[in-house]
Amino acid sequence: MPRSRFSRLALAGVTALALGLSGAALAQQAATLLNVSYDPTREFYREYNNAFAAHWVAEKGQRVNVRMSHGGSGSQARSVIDGLDADVVTLALAYDVDALHDRAQLIPEDWQTRLPQNSSPYTSTIVLLVRAGNPKNIRDWDDLVRKDVQVITPNPKTSGGARWNYLAAWGYALEKFGDEDKAYEFVRDIFANVPVLDPAARGATNTFVQRRIGDVFIAWENEAFLAVEQLGQGQYEIVVPSVSILAEPPVSVVDRNVDRKGTRELAQAYLEFLYTDEAQRLAGKHYYRPSNPEILAEFAERFPEVNLHTVDEWFGGWRNAQETHFNDGGVFDRILAEIH
Amino acid sequence: MTLALRQPSVIPGFGITLGFTLFYMGLILLIPIGAFLLYTAQMSWADFWQAVSHRQVVASYKLSFGASLIAALLNLVFGAIVAWVLVRYQFFGKRVIDALVDLPFAMPTAVAGIALVTLYASTGWVGQYLEILGLRVAYTQLGVVVALTYIGLPFVVRTVQPVLEDLERELEEASAILGANRLTTLRRVILPALLPALLTGFALAFARALGEYGSVIFIAGNLPFRTEITPLLIVAKAEQYDYPGAAAIGTVMLLAAFVLLLLINTLQWWTARHSRR
Repeated sequence: MPRSRFSRLALAGVTALALGLSGAALAQQAATLLNVSYDPTREFYREYNNAFAAHWVAEKGQRVNVRMSHGGSGSQARSVIDGLDADVVTLALAYDVDALHDRAQLIPEDWQTRLPQNSSPYTSTIVLLVRAGNPKNIRDWDDLVRKDVQVITPNPKTSGGARWNYLAAWGYALEKFGDEDKAYEFVRDIFANVPVLDPAARGATNTFVQRRIGDVFIAWENEAFLAVEQLGQGQYEIVVPSVSILAEPPVSVVDRNVDRKGTRELAQAYLEFLYTDEAQRLAGKHYYRPSNPEILAEFAERFPEVNLHTVDEWFGGWRNAQETHFNDGGVFDRILAEIH
Repeated sequence: MTLALRQPSVIPGFGITLGFTLFYMGLILLIPIGAFLLYTAQMSWADFWQAVSHRQVVASYKLSFGASLIAALLNLVFGAIVAWVLVRYQFFGKRVIDALVDLPFAMPTAVAGIALVTLYASTGWVGQYLEILGLRVAYTQLGVVVALTYIGLPFVVRTVQPVLEDLERELEEASAILGANRLTTLRRVILPALLPALLTGFALAFARALGEYGSVIFIAGNLPFRTEITPLLIVAKAEQYDYPGAAAIGTVMLLAAFVLLLLINTLQWWTARHSRR
């Protein structure tokens, strides 16, 4: 399909030259934007891009063509670091966006303060997906350490999404016991109940849904909704824990790229539009929690109130969390070595 | 006495083709390998050693090399049989089976992995019966072997096939006339002729299995110390932006694979020379 678009573009270019039109006319061509995102945002951005394109045409009279790239959050960040021409990134965790600064100086260090709500226009949380009827009677995080419960989660070492799972469990234990050692034991006991450690969320979903392995699947709320919706109503139930983490998938303009391509204004507008009521409702429709409290209230039935904490509150930011827990020799490695 | 330093070849062009070979190998193979060796070179010896000798990493070497070896051996035996059947017998559907052999090359490895785990999981068509026999395949080391055997299947078949086709049946007849029984003919006449091709196929299947990622991760279960293959640990390192660490483990795999392939090639060269005598 890109080829046909390209040839059409080329044809248009040749025609324009043949007619002797000025360069100004060519500038009226559709502008393009590349949004590098992670996996489960596919449906949301498909709809959002149309909404934004309509808005931009009405506002500036220019057509916009937003191209999407989806993949694991970490590998998407690496692609951008290695030169993928992203105008904006919309990833799963701030650590991956931080890497754009730390590894390649593509964005300034304070990128997260440039947009409201920690640059996270939509949020989610970590919930527990169980089989219909909740046969193991799973009500909260405590049930995950029970000996008779099998837990499915991807590996936090390889899956950005799974790091939220781990941190949510840790945070819950921290709230409950107020003690790091107890939190360690709690999370260790959960991972001792994990029979299969898939590298990515998709594989883990497959394990839980297709293979029917495990009693509870730790998942992002939006993905749990998708699973319930797509894999048949009535086969799964979402259990919302008493305490969980506020998952903030952040967005940022990639400064180095937009300055080179001259797309800063458009890219900026693209991200700011995410905070409008229209876009917030779209996020809610696609099971992300809108960051605007008024719009969130419209979806009160869908998103029950949870005692949510941020990574900053519990772990002092993503860099800290990553270093302490997930890097080699970190807490998670100790847990693995202890249980295997 | 005159010494001819260069013998004129019937077809000239040694210089230009060698030059092209070196350029091509450099561009496609050596530069990428060099780039990641460069990453490794940035590490201190202590860091390197720590990255490659971690208990979890060592466990993964054992699994990766062990399972690859078993898978390549399985393919050696059964691939040779498949090649034999495809060359020596005429039967209905032969062309279809011949075409099927290449399927593991064409199928995306992730699809293969999901298909295999669907079959072999305890809820799967095959897995539920194996379960009764007390045999678990999915999420065990056995599952890794199954996936690696699957992706390595074409190599032995495809390397042995052309050699078998060229093998003159008169030799077997001569052997029989001279009083050899079937087993002796197989052992003394056919096998020596096939051995170099068998070794090549074995080496290819082994090397392919070492580097395989996509299909294995679905069936392995990926539990640290037990069913975690080395390529997965490399991905895990890259995921935390630890490129030197990833490159270090890659270097160890590369060196080990290189030594093993060199051994197999030497063996092949030796048998080829030996059988000609």
